[in-house]
Amino acid sequence: MQTYREETRLLRTRLVAAAMGAMWLVTVLVGVPAAAAATAPAHAADTSLAPPGRILPAQQESDEGIRGAIRDGEGEPVPDVVLIVSDSDGNEVGEATTDENGQWEVGVPGPGTYSVLLDEATLPEDVELRDAERNPLEVRVTSGRTVPAVFQVGEGDTGRQQLESIARATANGLKFGLIIAMAAVGLSLIFSTTGLINFAHGELVALGAMLTWYLNVGLAGDGGPYIPLILAGAIVILAVGLFGGGLERWLFRPLRRRRLGIFQLLIITIGLGLAIRHVLLLVFGGSPRTYRDFVGQSAVSIGPISLTPRDMVIMAASALILAAVATMLQRTRTGKAIRAVADNPALASASGIDVDRVILTVWITGAGLAATGGIFFGSAVSVDWFMGFRLLLLMFAAVILGGIGTYYGAMAGGIVIGLVTELSVLWFPSELKYMWALLALIVVLLVRPQGILGRRERVG
Amino acid sequence: MDWVVVLSDGLRTALGPQAAAYALLAIGLNVHFGFTGMLNFGQVGFMLVGAYGVGITTVTYGGPLWLGILVGLAASLVLALIVGIPTLRLRADYFAITTIAVAEVLRLIVRSSSVQDITGGPFGLQSIAPEFQRINPIPVGSYGIGRVSYPHGQLWTLLVTWAVALLATLVVILLMRSPWGRVVKSIREDEEVPRSLGKNVFSYKLQSLMLGGAIGAAGGILFSMGSQTVNADTYQPQVTFYAYVILILGGAASRFGPLLGAVLFWFLFAAISTALRQAARADLLPDFMSAGGSIGATVLTLVGFALMALMIFRPQGILGSKKEMVLGAR
Repeated sequence: MQTYREETRLLRTRLVAAAMGAMWLVTVLVGVPAAAAATAPAHAADTSLAPPGRILPAQQESDEGIRGAIRDGEGEPVPDVVLIVSDSDGNEVGEATTDENGQWEVGVPGPGTYSVLLDEATLPEDVELRDAERNPLEVRVTSGRTVPAVFQVGEGDTGRQQLESIARATANGLKFGLIIAMAAVGLSLIFSTTGLINFAHGELVALGAMLTWYLNVGLAGDGGPYIPLILAGAIVILAVGLFGGGLERWLFRPLRRRRLGIFQLLIITIGLGLAIRHVLLLVFGGSPRTYRDFVGQSAVSIGPISLTPRDMVIMAASALILAAVATMLQRTRTGKAIRAVADNPALASASGIDVDRVILTVWITGAGLAATGGIFFGSAVSVDWFMGFRLLLLMFAAVILGGIGTYYGAMAGGIVIGLVTELSVLWFPSELKYMWALLALIVVLLVRPQGILGRRERVG
Repeated sequence: MDWVVVLSDGLRTALGPQAAAYALLAIGLNVHFGFTGMLNFGQVGFMLVGAYGVGITTVTYGGPLWLGILVGLAASLVLALIVGIPTLRLRADYFAITTIAVAEVLRLIVRSSSVQDITGGPFGLQSIAPEFQRINPIPVGSYGIGRVSYPHGQLWTLLVTWAVALLATLVVILLMRSPWGRVVKSIREDEEVPRSLGKNVFSYKLQSLMLGGAIGAAGGILFSMGSQTVNADTYQPQVTFYAYVILILGGAASRFGPLLGAVLFWFLFAAISTALRQAARADLLPDFMSAGGSIGATVLTLVGFALMALMIFRPQGILGSKKEMVLGAR
């Protein structure tokens, strides 16, 4: 079953292809301005006339093309903008005008590099190119693909918009940062009580997100009942927490008893991560997925920030959970025991604290929090088998930035990393956004190896 | 199940150019991890700069192959200095995280479309180092026995790569017998001892990082010359982990461990893949294991468990000695 968007997209592609031969017919059918048909490439010579109301089959359609949509700052389509496509020798190969949906498409004769020039004179008066240097735009067309060319246009007055996009990125960064912080707390606690850097921690995040997807969406597909996201999440958090406890009880505790070195344990966590990651790939496949509940919400504006109710709940819940764990560490007996073991396991053991039990508690809590982070991330973005490893490096960045082993450090570091990642998108390409987080990690290790809130003990 | 096919597929991959390139990666790691005790998790970064050194020199700037190789090796030495000088004073686990982050930053940079003019961005570079196949002295044809045979181009790559891997092994053996090697090994055992004898530990570690990095870069250079392409997505962090599996399987701190490990790892990898594929065709596997990309995922799951089992039950691998595996002495 095709979705509506796919259908319209297919329709559009066919229309443009058909238009190459029978421009006037298409014009009559859907009222696309005739110029949208572009100059017809020589090989597209379909002159047959289809009965009205039927779409012409594409014949000798050129496989490669360039397309795009021009929308102004408010997301409104901008019609009647002229775009000219030339090949690398400067010969014009096609021209297009945006339709009433702001969309345009030009077929090109074959793979290669083309330049797309947006005729600025055809833009409406209150709209201009955001980045005039990116016009003409170089586009690399690969074999058999219709490649997008993105022009960003907006109103002449960009001051207010810039403020808005900063506000939006900050809110996003905060949300992302809280999620990372929550997932990273376990990493930090496990390190501080056992000295182990758990390279499989990201997989606990992915495991939580994927299992929740299965209960929420996949199970119904297998003929089972549909479980609402909140219930599914609660079950999975518990399950992953127990899984983490199981890892400690039956894998890491026996290994500690055998006095395995820290390097050995570290490499074991790498093996464990590799195994869990590929089991997820094996069972759930490689494509990204989304949950069934709370999607497609419309944003609510509060001042310059607009957030969906879902994102607001995610942020509030993350903050609450983080605060609850902080209180637990500060006030309860268990929390005090955890801090004692982190400080000095031998001394803690001598004063009657059951160190093994404390570590087990830490693993269960940490794994449960990681799963929670994964579910929130999956709800806000999407879930896939590799998400754990992607987030793992960001979690490392967060805990190291804040000072590994310090609880508040992991929190602060997570939020800083979230903000750095999302705010960088305002000035730099979004494909590099994780790079800035990793660079922040490297810089902090060089300048202040103990982290923002950490104590000086990691210089070896 | 056709065992001849399974075994010969395994053997072909085990002796192939890819196994040889991974052997070089593991030899470099052996210098870092096995002999000096540095937990370098960014070995793939050295491989990447080597490969892109050749690719950018020969394709983007149209330079000769020898210059490309020099650029690749020089870039790996510079990378070792940039990474090593500030981070070698960190504790081992932080060093590990920093190196993995550096390698990932490098990958994201070369993959970025803002440098597409130089690195090819997400598309990478194609038909690099055409001279390498032009100087191929082997006449056109296919060589080998049955399924274990290689076309002349691949055979040439394979011979050169294994030759370089043997050479690197020899260099490392000689170095580790020298006074330099003894100092480096004593750093692994306990850093304070050589320091108390007046050795500049930092400088030795840096030299070791440069040597192992350059050997890893040689792996990247030969790998890209053989495949004639460079693409950022080849250089994912997992590559480093596979190199660790190879090193630990063969035996860290052993002389021929990386070579044996590479042959064995790729033999098992390819043989198990072929066996699984045959089993899938004979409907012996559950559905989810026989779908499109599932064979690779199954094998990599096994790799993960194998790494854990190795570390738990035989951390010294096949050729290593337990005395030299003083992991995490500090």
